[in-house]
Amino acid sequence: MSILINADTKVLVQGMGRTGRFHTDKAIAYGTQMVGAVHPSKAGTVEKYTGETDHSGVAGRPDTYDVDVPIYRSVAEAKDATGATTSVVYVPPPFAADAIMEAAEAGLELVICITEGIPVADMVKAKRYLEDGSTRLVGPNCPGVITPGECKIGIMPGYIHQPGRIGVVSRSGTLTYEAVYQLTTIGLGQTTAVGIGGDPVNGTNFVDVLSLFNADPATEGVIMIGEIGGTAEEEAAAWIGEHMTKPVSGFIAGTTAPPGKRMGHAGAIISGGMGTADAKISALLEAGVTIAPTPSDLGSAMVEAMG
Amino acid sequence: MKIHEYQAKQLMAARGIPVPQGVVATTVDQAVAAVRPLVEETGNPVVVVKSQIHAGGRGKGRFREHPDLGGVNVVTAGIDGGIAAVEDKVRELATKMLGSTLETIQTGSEGKTVNTLYIEQGIDIAEELYLSVLLDRASSRNIVMASSEGGTEIEVVAAETPDKILKEEIDSAHGLLAFQAARLAHGLGLEGDALRNGAKFVQALSVAAVELDADMIEINPLVVTTDGRVMALDGKMSFEANALYRHPDVMGMRDVSEEDPAEAAATEHGLSFIKLDGTIGCMVNGAGLAMATMDIIKFFGAEPANFLDVGGGATADKITEAFKLITADPNVKGILVNIFGGIMKCDTIAEGVVEAVGEVGLEVPLVVRLEGTNVELGKRIIDESGLNVVNAADMKDGANKIVELTS
Repeated sequence: MSILINADTKVLVQGMGRTGRFHTDKAIAYGTQMVGAVHPSKAGTVEKYTGETDHSGVAGRPDTYDVDVPIYRSVAEAKDATGATTSVVYVPPPFAADAIMEAAEAGLELVICITEGIPVADMVKAKRYLEDGSTRLVGPNCPGVITPGECKIGIMPGYIHQPGRIGVVSRSGTLTYEAVYQLTTIGLGQTTAVGIGGDPVNGTNFVDVLSLFNADPATEGVIMIGEIGGTAEEEAAAWIGEHMTKPVSGFIAGTTAPPGKRMGHAGAIISGGMGTADAKISALLEAGVTIAPTPSDLGSAMVEAMG
Repeated sequence: MKIHEYQAKQLMAARGIPVPQGVVATTVDQAVAAVRPLVEETGNPVVVVKSQIHAGGRGKGRFREHPDLGGVNVVTAGIDGGIAAVEDKVRELATKMLGSTLETIQTGSEGKTVNTLYIEQGIDIAEELYLSVLLDRASSRNIVMASSEGGTEIEVVAAETPDKILKEEIDSAHGLLAFQAARLAHGLGLEGDALRNGAKFVQALSVAAVELDADMIEINPLVVTTDGRVMALDGKMSFEANALYRHPDVMGMRDVSEEDPAEAAATEHGLSFIKLDGTIGCMVNGAGLAMATMDIIKFFGAEPANFLDVGGGATADKITEAFKLITADPNVKGILVNIFGGIMKCDTIAEGVVEAVGEVGLEVPLVVRLEGTNVELGKRIIDESGLNVVNAADMKDGANKIVELTS
């Protein structure tokens, strides 16, 4: 079992530029069902992907792959033609929010937006638009979602993952890799790893993912990785205290971050004394979360939390 | 990106939002020349001389060179002495203020050099209020926030009298509605002309904030004049970098002299860099990992000299630039490179590090932690380079080693 995506997930790509094509190739190598792409001016053509299979992904495949990805005019058309339920967005920042709204209008279940640098006002609008439907957005400014051995959507390296028992949810890409790699090394593996992104306005939040992991029978524990800025971790702590039945360990980045400065991520800023790492850590500790003192301790903190 | 008060007021005035009349001056003569037309046009003999820096607390701030002088000065000499007396006083003030260093609660002891003054008409104030437009991250909506406690920092009001803070959500589908603006104006206790003008002000400001992609607009104080007008006595605006491409007019207001030169250079090279006060320089891929690297340096008892995220697609060139930024800081006693190569290959990073050290030179200990794609190849490149570089097993080991090597 897993959350959000699995071996049956059919995926569309929005944004077939250099980045989009590169990661489409990696996803196909991993075994993800990349069934179509959207590009208004290339509609009707086919993109060909061939190469060597990434055997850290879906098991039981030949050593090479040769896959055609048809290009469609719109998300709606691509969805009708392929039966896809999910899209991944690599569209450049000025047009990415529109791509998200188009996917929602077409009625996709899940949109995963990798793009970094979308104007906040555009995301405020997109989020308001999504309120009227049932489409779930993950991201933007995130590495994506992976269910190891089944489906990889996004820019994470597949081979550091391993099918297993722990759910991972994080605002940071590279810190997710740290956690995942340690879980793989100690043999716990992952059910699904979800990057929710480093932007101040994002789709799916900690609480959403925690509740999905809580309901997933295969997930035995959860690692959550937060950072300074906003109150999403505090909200997660409150939810964990009330509802979470599984052990949670965590890490919060930015203990040493100076106030008023954006630390790389648009959302990572302490403003007016709000959003400090200390406040987040104490809220999580109070909710019974095992806090890793450094990112190198994420794996052992999970083992400790599982008792 | 931040802009100056006078620029924020220009943007407001262009959108019909009431602000006092004022003139920008970068020389003493300009400041003096501003007085006569201003006094004659407004009929008010009082003028205010305001330092223009990208930091708050100017009024209570003091000049390092003139410890008894604040950053904002009201000139009342004209009430008895006429325009000539105002000009004399403005000359005296401008001579002292221009080129001097203003230290405020926000600038810290470093202070900021005042290069620009804003000479503004005096206002007969009946009431001081607070108004801002900003993103509420919890609801993912922009909100208007107002308080009757003008002149006080909003964080203080929030901590001491939270019930005095009023909020209205701006729905991105239809903007702030008239009744919401009226509700805020009522809530602030405005009456008569002030009520009508206040509601109009709030609505115009909410439109401006959305139109300009402002990160935050803060009017503190927003004043009600003795004749019922409502205007922005101060104005702070900051803009989101991601949206600046569609606002060339705002981009043109950038004042590079207000920015840290190293941070500005980093932006030019697509690096995310923030200068800090510690002694361990760090170079990392990914914002979260970069922050956590600062934290782990502190965890082992030292202080980070910087935040530096080279991003996901760092090239050898970028790494060389990153090294230059780090080594330019004389406080740096050691460097920690912490890379988790996913898409980015460790051998590329290793080659970049070797090349950078070759070009920039290395006078302090360097610890490199590599993990991820082609890690063995990357470590071999470092080992065979003959450089004095210490390999680390993981992040914790790397932080521990660099702190030991520098203490």
